[in-house]
Amino acid sequence: MAEKVLMKGNEAIGEAAVLAGCRYYFGYPITPQSELPAYLSKRLPEVDGVFVQAESEVAAINMVYGAGSAGARVMTSSSSPGISLKQEGISYIAGAEIPCLLVNVVRGGPGLGNIAPAQSDYWQATRGGGHGDYRTLVLAPNSVQEMADMTVAGFEFADRFRNPVLLLSDGVLGQMMEPVSLPDPVDYDIDSKKWALGYNSKEKHERNLCSSIFLDVDELEEHNWHLYQKYQVMTDLFSTGEYKDFAVEEHLCDDAEIILVGYGIISRILKTVVEKCRKRGIKAGLVRPKVLWPYPAHVFERLAKTANQFLVVEMSCGQMVEDVKLSVNGKKPVYFFGRTGGTIPSDFEILNEVDKLVRPD
Amino acid sequence: MGKETEEIIMAGFGGQGILFLGKVLAETGMLTGQNVSWIPAYGPEMRGGTANCSVVISRNEIASPIVTEPDTLIAMNIPSVARFVDKIRPGGTLIYNSSLIDQKEFRSDIKVCAIPANQLANEVGSDKVANVVMAGAYARFSDMMNFDAFIKAFPTLVPGKKKELLELNLAALKKGYDCANSTH
Repeated sequence: MAEKVLMKGNEAIGEAAVLAGCRYYFGYPITPQSELPAYLSKRLPEVDGVFVQAESEVAAINMVYGAGSAGARVMTSSSSPGISLKQEGISYIAGAEIPCLLVNVVRGGPGLGNIAPAQSDYWQATRGGGHGDYRTLVLAPNSVQEMADMTVAGFEFADRFRNPVLLLSDGVLGQMMEPVSLPDPVDYDIDSKKWALGYNSKEKHERNLCSSIFLDVDELEEHNWHLYQKYQVMTDLFSTGEYKDFAVEEHLCDDAEIILVGYGIISRILKTVVEKCRKRGIKAGLVRPKVLWPYPAHVFERLAKTANQFLVVEMSCGQMVEDVKLSVNGKKPVYFFGRTGGTIPSDFEILNEVDKLVRPD
Repeated sequence: MGKETEEIIMAGFGGQGILFLGKVLAETGMLTGQNVSWIPAYGPEMRGGTANCSVVISRNEIASPIVTEPDTLIAMNIPSVARFVDKIRPGGTLIYNSSLIDQKEFRSDIKVCAIPANQLANEVGSDKVANVVMAGAYARFSDMMNFDAFIKAFPTLVPGKKKELLELNLAALKKGYDCANSTH
C-alpha cells in the first residue's frame, strides 16, 4: 500500500480505475460526478488510454458496449438522470455478457430533481432498470478508500462473471475528500478473454460474436436460463461462498436488541448513532450491506433470531427496506426512517427514532 | 490526553477560498497521522454565492463525516455567522473575520476570537490569503495540530508553484497565528 493521499471520492474512482487496467472511459458530464471524467480526461492520455466525452449518455454506454466486447477494461459514470438514459445499453450489455464498470453518483430525483446527495436509485440499481431478465452486481462503498477499493474489485468481478458491475455511490461520497491508500497497479492484458471479438486475432480461428439478439425463442429461453444460473452462482458466492464476508459489515450485532440497517454514507451516520445508543445503554447494532445485489439476506436470517427489531434508514422514501423485509421474512418487525430530496438525516433525528422504538412511552 | 476529535465548519462567500481553507486543515491533519474527512457544500453557484465546508479530524476512525454540531466555526462573512453560530457546540469556538463582520457580541457559552483576516492578508501582500490567515488562527485553538504541522503541510498544498506563493501563504499563516495568540 502506498502513502496516503487526500482525494475526492470521484477522483479516487478515476485513479483506481487506471490502476486496475482500465484504459477506456466514455461518458457525459453531470453533477455531482463530473470530477471523475475531468480526472480521467487528464489521466487516461498519460497511460495511452482513451477518453471520450460522448455526444450523449446513450452514445457513451454503447461505446462501453463496443470496447467491452473487444476485451478492454472499460467504464462509464453518470448521476441519476444520466444513468436512466443508459439503461437500454446496460440491458444489451447484460444480455451480451460484457464485463464493464458503471458508476452512479446518485443525486435527488425523480426527473431532473436536484444535485444534492440521495439514495433513491436503489430500485433502479438492484432491480435492473432496463428491460429483460437480467441482473447487475451492485457495490455500495461508504468511504473514499472504498470508492477506490471497490472500483478495483468491480473490474475483477465484472471479468469473473462476464457481467456489468454497478458502483452505487452518492453526492457526498463523490464530493468528499478523505485519505486514500491507492491500490497496486494491475497489468491487464486486453487479449486475455477468449470470448472477446479481438481475441488472438493473429491466429486463424472462428470469429467471436458478442450479441444480445436471439431471434429463435428456444435459443433465447436457453440463454435466459443460462444467465439465471450465472446469477444463482453469484448469489451463492456472496451469501455462503467466497465473498460472504465481502458482502456485508456488521458492527456490535451479537447482543443487539435493535439493528440499524443502512448502506453508503448513511452507514457512517448510523455508526455514530450506534455509539451514542451504546453510551445511553441501548443495545444497538449496525448491519451495512456492501453488496446490494445479490442482497446479503443470510445476515438478516441469522440476526432475526437474536434481535428484537430492525430500523432501516435511507436517503429515500424507503426502497432497500423491502429487501430487509424479504430477508427478515416476518420473523421480527422492520421499521423505516428516511429523508429524501437531497436531505441528509442527522444522527440526532435517527437517535430520536431509535428512542421511540426502544422506549415506546 | 487532549481531544480525540475536532469538528470544524468554515463558511463565507464563494471566492474567499473556503474549500481551500478546509483542505489546509484536512491535509495538515492527515500529515500528522490522524483520520480526516472534508465535505464541501456543493451547489450550482460559483463566485459570489455562499460556500461552506465541514472538516473532521480524529485520532479514531471517523464514523459520520457529517458535522451537525461543530467544535469550531470559522466565519468569513456576516451570512455565515447568521447561518451557523447557533450550531456551535456549547463551549466551542467562533473564529470570525472582523474585517467584514462588525458584530461583537455573540453567544455567551462559546469562546470568540476576532481576526481581521482581510487586513492581515493585505499586510503580507494579498487579500487572497485571508483564508490562510484564518488557518493560522485555527492552529492556535487546535489541540491536535500545532502551528509547526501547518507549516509542514504547505509545500503539499501549494506544490510546484512559485516559491513566492509558498512564502506568501506561510506569512499569512503566521499573521493569523500571532494575532490569535496576542488576543487570547
